Amino acid sequence: MDNWVIALIKVVFIWTWTLLIATLMTWVERRGSAMMQDRLGPNRAGPFGLFQPLADGIKLFTKEDIIPEKAHKILFSLGPILFALPAFSAYAVIPFGDKLIVNGKEIILQVADVNVGFLYVVALGAMAVYGIVLGGWGSNNKYSILGGLRSTAQLISYEVPFGLSLLAVVLVYGTFSLREISLVQQGTFLGFLPNWGIFKQPLGFILFIVTAYAEANRVPFDLPEAESEIVAGYHTEYGSMRLGLYLFGEYVNMYTLAALMVTLYFGAWHLPYIDMSKFLGPVSYGIASFLVFFLKTAFFLWLFVWVRWTVPRFRYDQVMGLGWKALIPLALVNLFITALCIQLTV
Amino acid sequence: MGLQAYTGPGWLLTKAEQLINWGRSRSPWPLPYGTACCGIEMMCALAASYDMARFGAERPSFSPRQADVLIEAGTITKKMVPVLRRIYDQMAEPKWVIAMGACACTGGVFRTYSTHQGISDVIPVDVYIPGCPPRPEGLLYALLKLMDKIQKDHPLRKQVVEALGG
Repeated sequence: MDNWVIALIKVVFIWTWTLLIATLMTWVERRGSAMMQDRLGPNRAGPFGLFQPLADGIKLFTKEDIIPEKAHKILFSLGPILFALPAFSAYAVIPFGDKLIVNGKEIILQVADVNVGFLYVVALGAMAVYGIVLGGWGSNNKYSILGGLRSTAQLISYEVPFGLSLLAVVLVYGTFSLREISLVQQGTFLGFLPNWGIFKQPLGFILFIVTAYAEANRVPFDLPEAESEIVAGYHTEYGSMRLGLYLFGEYVNMYTLAALMVTLYFGAWHLPYIDMSKFLGPVSYGIASFLVFFLKTAFFLWLFVWVRWTVPRFRYDQVMGLGWKALIPLALVNLFITALCIQLTV
Repeated sequence: MGLQAYTGPGWLLTKAEQLINWGRSRSPWPLPYGTACCGIEMMCALAASYDMARFGAERPSFSPRQADVLIEAGTITKKMVPVLRRIYDQMAEPKWVIAMGACACTGGVFRTYSTHQGISDVIPVDVYIPGCPPRPEGLLYALLKLMDKIQKDHPLRKQVVEALGG
């Protein structure tokens, strides 16, 4: 019975937390882009404009819900749901801290420690493309269809290097469980470096971060919604909260991918050279591990905004060329070298 | 006791209306419809140093489904009239229109066979901005006026009255 209650609290907590961060991210993105363009950004709704996402939410919820006459009604309504649902559920297997000991009971700060955690995240990440394609197809609008088809073409060019770069990580750690991978990143590597994944997989991390941007449909890979080419891409015909789900799901995806980057390559909740569990109490250690993990994730969330205003959008054929001619060979070489190193050292 | 007279909208309804009005007035996403030189001033108002985004009027969307405020900036020729009407019809309720510049308001200096003399007989206009073209401050002032107008709206009361058969 107790386990049920704890599991429920964890699920509710991580849901609200993810949604809160995604909501805040829309504000960070707008203020951040304003900062880079020498503007101020939204600053009238609440202190520093912090209530801007709330105002947007209220507006989107109370707006007229339009389904175009020529659209495919079922697919049109299914699109945003299929996009947002995998995004909301992908965080379940990613840890958000180490563990908390309350009344002698150990609570792991992760909703589910699945032994195929990797595959779950990759599978749900690939599911999101159905939402885009079905929404684009169901809208019965030429720009939407172009956006949806671009999304599929993009998927087949980035999903393979994405999977291959993750496979190299699995070779290094010998497990699919994200919690076990986080646990072994304690200590030092080669005597002086933190024992983080990035030092064992430098090339793998670059491949992963490039493909993660494509996975989240972020600039420079935002081809499905390239607004200067195809109006608003797959969500041209969407207004009100249906559009809200698409926009919101993107930020939730960003949060999941940023957390995955931290878990795999940046030592999850471990600080470099310092073992927090040695000098912190059980409860404060749990909270500290959560905060360290979140701060690292926040950096990668900021990196998403940073890159958006630094790199221009790739052309359609350039993405395919990059995926097939550069990323996949590099990912294969990375996998081969990793396998060779492991074979020689073990 | 019997039936009591309907004296007013009540606390809950007015508070909900205030919240909705606050949300709508703080997030008027514009649909930029620049057809002439006023469009340049509109872009200037969106860019640095004027920055319309401060008021939440960000994310200019070129899809009418996603926009709230149609900023009609520039001359409307007779050939453009059906396009403008269609764009307006494609927008989702609630929607507002700002007519920017003398041409959009009255046809301006183009008193010719080809120019439509003011857009107000094609679509309902909420705020007019005079000027040829108006400065970005003019557009910002119009946006603030529009926000005041949204604040005075009664989004729920209309529906309640309709439901009661009024």
